[in-house]
Amino acid sequence: MSLFKVFDVAGTAMNAQSVRMNVTASNLANAGSVSGDADNVYRARHPVFASFGDTLAEQTGVSGVKLNGVIESNAPLQVHYRPDHPDADEDGNVYVSNVNTIEEMVNMMSASRSYQNNVEMINTTKDLLLQTLSLGR
Amino acid sequence: MKTNLFANHEQALKFRALRNQVLSSNIANADTPNYKARDIDFGSALEKAQGGALSITKTSDLHQSSWNTNRLGAQVKYRVPMQPTLDGNTVETDVEQAAFAENAVQYRATLAFLDGQIRTLRYALKGGD
Repeated sequence: MSLFKVFDVAGTAMNAQSVRMNVTASNLANAGSVSGDADNVYRARHPVFASFGDTLAEQTGVSGVKLNGVIESNAPLQVHYRPDHPDADEDGNVYVSNVNTIEEMVNMMSASRSYQNNVEMINTTKDLLLQTLSLGR
Repeated sequence: MKTNLFANHEQALKFRALRNQVLSSNIANADTPNYKARDIDFGSALEKAQGGALSITKTSDLHQSSWNTNRLGAQVKYRVPMQPTLDGNTVETDVEQAAFAENAVQYRATLAFLDGQIRTLRYALKGGD
């Protein structure tokens, strides 16, 4: 029964979106964290999605979502001159993480909407399957 | 009567189930870079279901019947997006959602047709009521 595959596909997508949500939470939690060492500052992380499964040539057209790792953003760090900061380097500079709060909020909303879409998809397909099971009763 | 009982509804149900799968892949991959949205061409599926031009003629019982991976021989095609995206993804979530909802309703309609046929048959078997 091909309808069952929808659960797998939606499941992989929900997993991917929840990883995205976790990463966003981590980014928001660490937004504004500072360090005196540019190499030790928290850098924004982003999950990389990829689709997997059947190719178009196989004609089934079904593919789930997989996570191709999490990358660190290489956006420039903000350098603040704060000589009184306990973590400041010898020049009196501290480095602030490159998390873009607005971008992260948008990411969070997008992940949440996509997750909801997948839940709806599962619900609809479940209804269809149950209706099919009661065919002819 | 016997062969035509469920007419093409059985094929239609398979087609709707398959399309449901393809559309769900689209919605699942709404945020995947470079994913190209797909859909099934109803015309080609219908043609195939009606024994269209592309079916194989069997000259021996040992021959396999033409069997495509999606069993319906329906062509899966890429959707042409209405708006370009930066990441190469062509899924337009609202379009896909509308198609998904439409497909679900059509699936239910086919189920209702089948249900009606089965009811008719039972009615005839029981001799009324």
